[in-house]
Amino acid sequence: MGMTMTQKILAAHAGLESVRAGELIEAKLDLVLGNDVTTPVAVDVFDKAGFERVFDREKIAIVLDHYTPCKDIKSAELCATSRAFAKRFGITHFYDVGTVGIEHALLPEQGIVGPGELIVGADSHTCTYGALGAFSTGIGSTDMAAGMASGENWFKVPSAIQVVLKGKLQPYVSGKDVVLHLIGLIGVDGALYKSIEFTGPGVAELSMDDRFTIANMAIEAGGKNGIFPVDDITRAYLEGRFKRPYQVYEADPDAEYERVVEIDLSALRPTVSLPHLPSNTKTIDEAKGLPIQQAVIGSCTNGRISDLRAAAAILKGRKVAEGVRCIVIPATQEIYLQCVREGLAEIFIAAGCAVSTPTCGPCLGGHMGCLAEGERAVATTNRNFVGRMGHAKSEVVLASPAVAAASAVKGCLASPEDL
Amino acid sequence: MVTGKVYKYGDNVDTDVIIPARYLNAPSPEELAKHCMEDIDPAFTAKVQPGDIIVGGANFGCGSSREHAPIAIRACGVSCVIAASFARIFYRNSINIGFPILECPEAAQAIQNGDEVSVDFATGVIRDDTTGQTFQAAAFPPFIQRIIENNGLLPYLKARMDAGEVE
Repeated sequence: MGMTMTQKILAAHAGLESVRAGELIEAKLDLVLGNDVTTPVAVDVFDKAGFERVFDREKIAIVLDHYTPCKDIKSAELCATSRAFAKRFGITHFYDVGTVGIEHALLPEQGIVGPGELIVGADSHTCTYGALGAFSTGIGSTDMAAGMASGENWFKVPSAIQVVLKGKLQPYVSGKDVVLHLIGLIGVDGALYKSIEFTGPGVAELSMDDRFTIANMAIEAGGKNGIFPVDDITRAYLEGRFKRPYQVYEADPDAEYERVVEIDLSALRPTVSLPHLPSNTKTIDEAKGLPIQQAVIGSCTNGRISDLRAAAAILKGRKVAEGVRCIVIPATQEIYLQCVREGLAEIFIAAGCAVSTPTCGPCLGGHMGCLAEGERAVATTNRNFVGRMGHAKSEVVLASPAVAAASAVKGCLASPEDL
Repeated sequence: MVTGKVYKYGDNVDTDVIIPARYLNAPSPEELAKHCMEDIDPAFTAKVQPGDIIVGGANFGCGSSREHAPIAIRACGVSCVIAASFARIFYRNSINIGFPILECPEAAQAIQNGDEVSVDFATGVIRDDTTGQTFQAAAFPPFIQRIIENNGLLPYLKARMDAGEVE
């Protein structure tokens, strides 16, 4: 029986010839990630268990991105705990205010993660790096502590769903629309405990940023990981960023998939997820007209340069509607600087947007744009659960950057085609 | 063996409603316990008694990787969670902190809110004392049983590293 791409990476890191779905293994880690919310809990259990060293200070990343720049004293203390831990062990990949970006945009950009690697992160959207052909998954703080101490974690080898992409995206349709459509098809637990392996001729039609967005939201279908094959687009992205040699894995021709889902990219429309589940998808044609009070453009899902270019193309020469707050958050300092240099920052400010330093902030209702009772936001983020962006009686609609920008201009859910 | 009153919820109980992100800046178990389930059941923390049991539907604990979610539930005095299925990070986190969770679709469907339920962790037998029905949850594999017996992953790992079983 052949192995999936994910199973091959897991087998290699467990020192095994082959693995089967359902098998419990212990595997070596290439990187352990934590942020300002999850690292302090990991530090606490690490210290309580009596560990006095980390397995490899160069294979740990601590990224203070969630409540930063610190929104209050308690958050400042979480950062202080994380900072002290990073200093104590000389953690190489430590990012603080001024250099920090949203972790899942930052690590690929800085060449810290690459193909064939096994990466765990105490953040559920760690599955993003599957876009580069890595096995990458979210874990909790205790797993993070165990990983930092031993360089290993336990895994149950996942079975897989194969998603075959064909065709080519139409104008104003992006990776976000692909992944929302997929989650709508299979449901928020459609890939529970499973890998989602993307394949087919449509992969070559997707930019690296589209792939990051798609892999990022594998968790919203319950997936353990989402993974893309390594091709020329991946290699071009890695050029000049990722300095280590890397291993490219491919699924065996006889790999077993529990389910095969075909998506024709050419047939997709701009897609949104209505409250309160990412699987509650509608095309923009079905959803347009719903009033909004806020638009958020950013996050680990959609805060990359091509996302901001797509939003700026809509907002150029236009104004955010009266009664709408539009918040734009470039995901990293490099992306922010690129926005300034390309004139995107000026377009956003002239349109009446607030442009923020990188932070996860509003996505999780942390800061920089919490919602009041009865308010509704359109957001390029990844979750629209009850209370996700603020009050338990507020609402979030998930959308692409182009749809969020068009909606900000119209004051209601809108298609970019209607402007 | 634990016995408690059941608080029953539906499918896809996510970690944002188990413990909203606005409270993650104070991660002590006592602070987290004050806000557990607040956005779907505001009266939960006032009602729940030590030993009580949460029963959920499919995909319990979906969403964020926050370990604060099982920590908050345990700190409220809840003795275990029974669900039709668990989201995988919540499942790992619960095992890793030594908090018992049981996957049992039949029990999750049949048990009603307010029932008195007993759970035998050694055998995986769930008994609804209100109706007299019994259910069998799947047993944990031996590796996971050892983690739970050692009160969580970290004490287990430390013992193995001290014994030279792990580099």
